[in-house]
Amino acid sequence: MTTASLRSRAAAVLDIPPAAVSRRVQPLRHPWQWVATAVVIVLALNLGQTLFTNPAWEWSRVGHWFASPAIFTGLTVTLEATAISAVLSFAGGIVIALCRQSRNRVLQGAAWLYIWVFRSVPLILVLIFLYNLGNLYPKIGIGIPFGPQLQVPTTNVLSDLTLGVVGLSLLESAYAAEVVRAGLLAVDHGQHEAAKALGIPRGRQFTRIVLPQALRSIVPAYVNQIIGLLKSSSLLFYVSVLDLFGVVQNLQSTYPSDIIPLLVVATVWYLILTSAVSIVQHFVERFYNRGQRGIR
Amino acid sequence: MSAAAARIVGARKSFGDREVLRGIDLEIEPGTVTVILGPSGSGKSTLLRAVNHLEKLDEGYVVVDGELIGVRLVGDRLKELGERQILRQRARIGFVFQNFNLFPHLTVLENVIEAPVSTGLLPKAAARARALDLLAQVGLSEKTDAFPRQLSGGQQQRVAIARALALDPQLVLFDEPTSALDPELVGEVLAVIRRLADSGRTLVVVTHEIGFARDVADHVVFLDDGVIVEQGPPGEVLVAPQHPRTRDFLARVL
Repeated sequence: MTTASLRSRAAAVLDIPPAAVSRRVQPLRHPWQWVATAVVIVLALNLGQTLFTNPAWEWSRVGHWFASPAIFTGLTVTLEATAISAVLSFAGGIVIALCRQSRNRVLQGAAWLYIWVFRSVPLILVLIFLYNLGNLYPKIGIGIPFGPQLQVPTTNVLSDLTLGVVGLSLLESAYAAEVVRAGLLAVDHGQHEAAKALGIPRGRQFTRIVLPQALRSIVPAYVNQIIGLLKSSSLLFYVSVLDLFGVVQNLQSTYPSDIIPLLVVATVWYLILTSAVSIVQHFVERFYNRGQRGIR
Repeated sequence: MSAAAARIVGARKSFGDREVLRGIDLEIEPGTVTVILGPSGSGKSTLLRAVNHLEKLDEGYVVVDGELIGVRLVGDRLKELGERQILRQRARIGFVFQNFNLFPHLTVLENVIEAPVSTGLLPKAAARARALDLLAQVGLSEKTDAFPRQLSGGQQQRVAIARALALDPQLVLFDEPTSALDPELVGEVLAVIRRLADSGRTLVVVTHEIGFARDVADHVVFLDDGVIVEQGPPGEVLVAPQHPRTRDFLARVL
């Protein structure tokens, strides 16, 4: 049967006019999307207008404070606290995750307990606890229980910033451990077996075979944690660390008329910092996706 | 080094309540190709994996080239070796997996170089030269910088074979090397194994490819329900099987 006769037979059965067969099929229209777009544009224009017409924003004062030395000192402290905590937490996270996967029940239990405790307690509480550690343990040290001890006064070791970093890292390690553990579990069992069968030394199995593959899923999740960490570091203000937020708070009490512009300055800086982290994330992810873009 | 002989004595292994290996004794002559056949669940993979201690035996032992694998004799008991020693023993036994298990984040060349370099067997330059030679032997000289995902299954398995040979093992174990491949890719992998058989190494192959067993094997072992039901030259076991279970199995797969 010819194509033409097949077509006319099918059209006759379904009652489709022959002209409709050869015309382009019209895609579904979405009228409500136009409505939604219009609403968003109107709202945005309104907000945009107030930004420029409402004098209370005091943009000139924002410009004054934005790159001021005081803000930069705060910025440095925020970056320092975040960076050190991020590295310490990641290292701690790997150790805790490995303990959880260990065959040793005591290590497993200890890791579980750690994660349970530090995921349950608010950061502010841990920070203030550490702040008052001097009252609880006037001296800290290490030694054999009931045996010889090596001790130093608590307040000497823990500066405010150190204390803040310790607090952040204690909590963040618990989250990092879960992120790392999920990443390690995502590595195919066959990879461990292949590494074993080739006789690759144990440490190298981890660093060269398992960890790089785990990092593929760890990196995106951990960068989200770092962004959270960056924002949490603002709580260090409550243990007298003058980070970005702390500096802004201090300036506000000195210049009460500049409260709004100072809040704007802090907001913009936090936006810049988190965006920077996201950009770095993009490149790190691309590196660890090596070998993933196949042609199959 | 000459081809390795292997011997399995009184091998027993259970997973929970299920006894997978129920007392297996097997002699593998140096330089021969032994093919292990059997229905799925008969314990053939477990037996193969016990040879390089990827699977620990509950009882019995494995000797390769005169050396106990994974255990040592202390008084009148076998005790498991430390991990470092086991890894050293494994480095002398090649293993090819059903699912290739190439390292996806490393290039083909890096996959092949990894073991000889990290075990300290060869310096990097020598490992590289050897890897290029091996990849040429399996017909993949063009793919050295490709990532495993960019290769077909047959190509991946050939890389896996080159990787297993990078440590110059005198005994190579194959665990269903063609079972995960599309039918049209099986031939290229079997051809590589066939050529390997002529290289004088000792090969042990778990497979369902009866044709391959008939052509290449020196010794065929038929395993069922955790015991060796029948073994001998392919001309006997495959052509005139003595045991009803062997006959039954061959009737189903041929």
